[in-house]
Amino acid sequence: MHSDAFDRYHHHDSALHRLDPRIKVVVAIAFIISNALLPDGAWMAFGLAWLFVLLASALSDLGLGYTFRRSFIVLPFALVAVTVLFSIPGKPVSQFHFMMWDFTVTDAGLLRFVSIVIRSWISVQIAILLVAVTRFPDLIHAFEHLRVPAILTTIIAFLYRYLFVLSDEVIRLLRARQSRSAAAAGQRSGGGVLWRARVSGNMAGQLFLRSYERSDRIYNAMLARGYAGQLLTLNPHELHGRDWAYAVAAFLFILAMQFVGRF
Amino acid sequence: MPITHATEKFNYPECDGDVLQVRGLHFSYPDGHIALRGISLNLCSGDKVALVGPNGAGKSTLMLHLNGILEGRGEIDLGGLRLSRDNLPMIRSMVGLVFQNPDDQLFSPTVFEDVAFGPLHMGLSESEVRVRVDSALEAVRMISYKDRLSHHLSVGEKKRIAIATVLSMNPSILVLDEPSAGLDPRAMLVSPHDTRLAQELFPRTIVMDDGNIVADGLTMEILKDEELLTAHGLEKP
Repeated sequence: MHSDAFDRYHHHDSALHRLDPRIKVVVAIAFIISNALLPDGAWMAFGLAWLFVLLASALSDLGLGYTFRRSFIVLPFALVAVTVLFSIPGKPVSQFHFMMWDFTVTDAGLLRFVSIVIRSWISVQIAILLVAVTRFPDLIHAFEHLRVPAILTTIIAFLYRYLFVLSDEVIRLLRARQSRSAAAAGQRSGGGVLWRARVSGNMAGQLFLRSYERSDRIYNAMLARGYAGQLLTLNPHELHGRDWAYAVAAFLFILAMQFVGRF
Repeated sequence: MPITHATEKFNYPECDGDVLQVRGLHFSYPDGHIALRGISLNLCSGDKVALVGPNGAGKSTLMLHLNGILEGRGEIDLGGLRLSRDNLPMIRSMVGLVFQNPDDQLFSPTVFEDVAFGPLHMGLSESEVRVRVDSALEAVRMISYKDRLSHHLSVGEKKRIAIATVLSMNPSILVLDEPSAGLDPRAMLVSPHDTRLAQELFPRTIVMDDGNIVADGLTMEILKDEELLTAHGLEKP
């Protein structure tokens, strides 16, 4: 009984999988920042950015459509930007009436909205690719090397390790409930909404208690192996010439993108 | 009044306790529950001891005392070293404590990191840590799992790796909540799930009940004593 619902890593042996995780993280973050800095309506630069995503996908052996198919989850979040459609002054493009308000869509607002959606959509694709080609522990190592505070990386590492254990625990609790949610012949199973809510509440409480006790046992296991407040890890990563070559190429590409977008 | 049992004498070669000596260990939990009522025992190198007794007898509590996770009243000597707060790091590298649930024992994302955790925290050099990780995984025949993620393993695989995580610290005594055959001839204190396992694997058995040691001696003699077994809720194998 394993739940792998959170693992987005896809095992392959591609150039991108083998690339040092630090390089991957730095390039992905630089790419996202560069996207955010591109001016509105820099269509050529947006095209180049998408080309960057396609090239990276090609290097990853996951198929060109891999990130595209998974990128739609971000669309609801991009809708947060919908207010810029009406709030930026410019030439009216269309008007409509909703309840008691009049809305005017301006050309400047439309341009900004489309640019925001494209930027976030391309940025999310590179993030999706990053977690698909980098094992989670390697990501954490990369963050440690990039001087992210140890307390944060430790919390994330534990969260990752025990999320699976916890979700297995939830599955066990649900199964235990299901197997006792019986009904006598001709009777409706279960009580009223309130009763059901109380059962669910008890289950949540159970889960909390079990997790709390587990954290105690884990801490004991850490103490037993010499933990004294400082988490130590060995890092197996080494930067090779190949890694630097990819990094330089990626940064040149990002610079070119900025250049095309601004001039 | 708690019933006090005199430790019954079973024929077992005298042991001076060169690995472990426990003298008059008392412990009660913060809620007032008394878990240990004066435990005394010796363990010598090469001893393989089954610690048996009904649920709540104090077996786990005793085990948690051996490397100072719980602090009770009494004396504990490991390899001639008196357990105290100052030498806890030393003591913890001498006692390999394997917890019952491997999910509690394996808290790192990868198998390698988990097995390296103990040696790293002992302050060993990187090359020494790598050698120890390899030989510990070799000992439990899991060397090919080095780069695997812990949460993708089966329970049996996790249990083997849990043992490797303490073997890599090179402890002088192994304390396990579950037995595993084929390990080094170092001292072992194990609480097996049933008495049949004790009979097959451990020449010496200690019976605990209600915070006391009620019998200590040759496994084959203790497991023959039906009266003793019934009195402490144990099954004859």
